[in-house]
Amino acid sequence: MYGVSQEQLEKIDTVLTDELLSIGVHNVIVIDTAGNTISQLDRGECSCDVASFAALAAGNFAAVDAMAKLVGEEEFSLHFHRGESESIHFSRVNEDLLLITIFGNDVSLGFLRLKTVEVIDRIREIWSK
Amino acid sequence: MGFINVKKKEVQIKVVYYGPGRGGKTTNLEYINEKFRERIKTEMVSIKTHGDRTLFFDFLPVDIGKIHGFDIKIQLYTVPGQVKYNATRKLVLKGVDGIVFVADMQKERRESNIKALEQMRENLFSHNKDMLKIPLVMQYNKCDLKDEGIELLSFEEMEQDLNQELKAPTFEASAVTGYNVVTTLKKMISGTMIAFRKELQ
Repeated sequence: MYGVSQEQLEKIDTVLTDELLSIGVHNVIVIDTAGNTISQLDRGECSCDVASFAALAAGNFAAVDAMAKLVGEEEFSLHFHRGESESIHFSRVNEDLLLITIFGNDVSLGFLRLKTVEVIDRIREIWSK
Repeated sequence: MGFINVKKKEVQIKVVYYGPGRGGKTTNLEYINEKFRERIKTEMVSIKTHGDRTLFFDFLPVDIGKIHGFDIKIQLYTVPGQVKYNATRKLVLKGVDGIVFVADMQKERRESNIKALEQMRENLFSHNKDMLKIPLVMQYNKCDLKDEGIELLSFEEMEQDLNQELKAPTFEASAVTGYNVVTTLKKMISGTMIAFRKELQ
């Protein structure tokens, strides 16, 4: 079992709010690779079951990672599912954490990817402390 | 590895039901889902094959109330039991806090139980975990089949095959009827709670 400080969790929430919710992302979730939810924020429109989502996302990410290794890749850098009105983007933050964003058609994938790179750097820094 | 969220005052604990194929892992979760419906806020997630066998895992989050002011959320997973899905079993074991090993008491399943336990030891080892050190409960399932004239292994034989080294708490159970399903879960929860208390101290 492990934990991080309240200050670290608050800093992560601030980064997610300022950098991702502010550009129109509907829901952002930070999970660990075991499927635990570390942080979850939304714009009040989220009706999804976060615990189940985190478990499935961790499993999905691990399965895709294992597939990458089977074809000789270290990892697949882009995990993205496009839906009609909601899309999901997955990124690895570090060895322990994954960042998942759920967003609508009003957010461009390119801009989101730029933003997530920035967010990942900042979460890594917060987590390492 | 369970996560203690000091901000939300919440603890998430991962318990995996592991064992040979068709041993009753999913049936355990289905019974718990039905029995504790009022405590479970969401639907049970099952990723199944067309033949209704577990393909990836089943997932059921159960809130068990507060300990030391923390909301305890137990996240129950099963692994797919079929031999060919070992890569998936390994993935599901990542970060596990406690294991319920569901063994099948039918005589013809003896080898499968032993092989599954051995493979679990290897899979845990690949995550740098020692099977002998992780909270584990043994469940000898399908004891109800005795009444249907099916040849079962005795409790002693099961112990000798699977629990000599582990010396884990053990229950004979029937996941179909619910017999000892909740007792198994309670024992598992108390095992992981001891680890949580140690962590808090």
